[in-house]
Amino acid sequence: MPLDPHPNLTPAVIFGLGWLYLIQFLMNLAWTVRSLKRDGHHPLPALFGGGNVPVASWWGLYTSLLGMVAFAHLTGSSTPENFVIGMPEFIKPGIDWVVASAVRYFSVSMLAYVGVIWFRRVLATPTAGWLMLNGATLFLTLSMADYDFRQIVGKPDNVPIVAMLFIVGFFTWLAFSRANDNDKRIAEGRPLREAEGNEKVLTWPDLVYTELVCMIALTAFLFVWGVCLQAPLEEPASSVKTPNPSKAPWYFLGLQEMLVYYDPWLAGVVFPSVILGGLMALPYIDFNKKGNGYYTFNERKFSISVFMFGFLPLWVGMIILGTFLRGPNWNMFGIYEYWDVHKLEALNNVDLSEYFWYSLNMVRPMPTPDMSLGEQAITILKREWLGIVLTLGYLVIAPSIMAATIFRNFALRMGFIRYMVFANLVLMMAALPIKMVLRWAFNLKYIIGIPEWFLNV
Amino acid sequence: MSVGDYIRESQIWKSVFRHPAPYDRRNRVVVMLTNFFLHLHPVSVKQEGIALSYTWCMGGITFFLFLVEAITGVLLMFYYRPTLEWAFNDIQALRDVNTLGVMREVHRWGAHAMVITVWLHMYRVFLTGSYKPPREFNWVVGVILLKLTLLLSFTGYLLPWDQLAIWAITVGSNMARATPVLGHEGPGFQLLNIGGYDLITNASDARFLLLGSKFVGEETLNRFYILHCVAIPLVVAGLIAIHFWRVRKDGGISQPL
Repeated sequence: MPLDPHPNLTPAVIFGLGWLYLIQFLMNLAWTVRSLKRDGHHPLPALFGGGNVPVASWWGLYTSLLGMVAFAHLTGSSTPENFVIGMPEFIKPGIDWVVASAVRYFSVSMLAYVGVIWFRRVLATPTAGWLMLNGATLFLTLSMADYDFRQIVGKPDNVPIVAMLFIVGFFTWLAFSRANDNDKRIAEGRPLREAEGNEKVLTWPDLVYTELVCMIALTAFLFVWGVCLQAPLEEPASSVKTPNPSKAPWYFLGLQEMLVYYDPWLAGVVFPSVILGGLMALPYIDFNKKGNGYYTFNERKFSISVFMFGFLPLWVGMIILGTFLRGPNWNMFGIYEYWDVHKLEALNNVDLSEYFWYSLNMVRPMPTPDMSLGEQAITILKREWLGIVLTLGYLVIAPSIMAATIFRNFALRMGFIRYMVFANLVLMMAALPIKMVLRWAFNLKYIIGIPEWFLNV
Repeated sequence: MSVGDYIRESQIWKSVFRHPAPYDRRNRVVVMLTNFFLHLHPVSVKQEGIALSYTWCMGGITFFLFLVEAITGVLLMFYYRPTLEWAFNDIQALRDVNTLGVMREVHRWGAHAMVITVWLHMYRVFLTGSYKPPREFNWVVGVILLKLTLLLSFTGYLLPWDQLAIWAITVGSNMARATPVLGHEGPGFQLLNIGGYDLITNASDARFLLLGSKFVGEETLNRFYILHCVAIPLVVAGLIAIHFWRVRKDGGISQPL
């Protein structure tokens, strides 16, 4: 049998997975102890003889399983062919089907975002958080047994992004659990957690010691990280060998993803400026005086939802997509899929003006070189009039309509200029999902397509 | 008299630390007021305000990472030459040969970490509503610092001069070509012309300003090196000072009003 050039499991990989399982074993061991102290008992179904068992016993069961799996991996007690622990082969195509498509990926991340907010009371409990953490680590560990998954997730430059996923998830969970606590206190008329027994303490020792411990721990962490995992360094630069795909630094991959839907002048220049400008304008737009200096969700539903929408599915979500799912030729690939340079995806995107003129059975007016500049301009404007009207309508008329309907209260309380800035920022933010849906539903390329002037929207 | 007491009673020690060790309440207050490094802090703070589950410590960690980057960065500058001939070789030598090479790993990973901690700091400040009055302006300073952190990381990305570096910067800076009016492939670049001659060409547009060249080359390396090691860190250091100053002047760590 010839050697597989892309082996899913090798002795070294099995050993590495052993460490991952061992970490999970230790994590869950600690959790089992905690559960034994805090979680109490729950009744067994009559089928199993009834009676009460500690909740911790289930965690103990899971922990001991992890321990055994870790032991089997670390001792290499069998050959790679005999290892059956890994993401089951029949599940992989299903997961790939979901993530290897921008439509489905974005839909799932939107559902997750809505789900997080909707089910925040359930999800922000310690047990739910621990279950989610276990789900994520187990998913990662099982998937690491796959060659192609390892290639992309284990790339040195991508390691911080995997870490970021866990960290962002954790802090979102933490913020919601504190917000839920405060929201409950507010509903019951009790003082906020931040205000209760909030006495002044001396900075020395209470704060400076925390800072000192934090600095020492971080220094140690950075050095261990640096020694264990070398920072990325690829081949020497060559201006003739263009890598495929060519990616921007990872934190700009959300912006690079916008390039699929918008031209560089918008995705690379205007939108980033709007994002920064919008962030700076934020404190002057948000007139809600509540929620200053404490965690809450109920008192600031709108602003937190909008911010989280921008940060979670749009910013972080797009970075994940750009890093792990965009492969050669900027095609979408599943996480267990080989990055095949020859994968073909049909791309037949059509401008709005083409739709318009063809549906009228008329010839789409095109400027010719023998026209004067003025004639060319008029021809182009005639060709693209629908897109121009729609775009201007979106940015100018839509705010007025919203002011009379959904944002009526906002418009009244903000005043004209503040409201217009706010409305345009919201519309700019919504422009990306809108264009995505138009692309997926109608293969729409440009709403305004004037390549003659590099002015495509 | 023990050795410790002897040292603490000496003229040298007393000239450095102008008060007894912070063992009692009085001296714990005095130490915050007379020590340069500690005087950033107020003398006392709200207990809930400094709780880790409230602040996530992300602002402090970001500042600490900035210091780590500054120190490791200066050490790296002793070994690194920003030229086409040496840039890559120097980094490789740091990695494979040099004892202090771990500084490069720490610098690189620290930079990744700093980008993430800056976002998380902003996330926390948003979620606790700490940008609300009277802290609006400090939020604006923070957004500028966020942008500068990304620029620091972006300019540093090029310096190893490997494939990852030049192509990431090529992709990233290609956007500047499309800057409206000021990029040679941006809408409205034809507006800037004199007597039919375009002022904005691939040798004079926004991208050229960024790269110092029509493509990512030696001029770019030099330009990014200066930006990364001198220009941006100076601006960031200044803004950090303002950011901290305003934290104090706007009422310290945010708490319920």
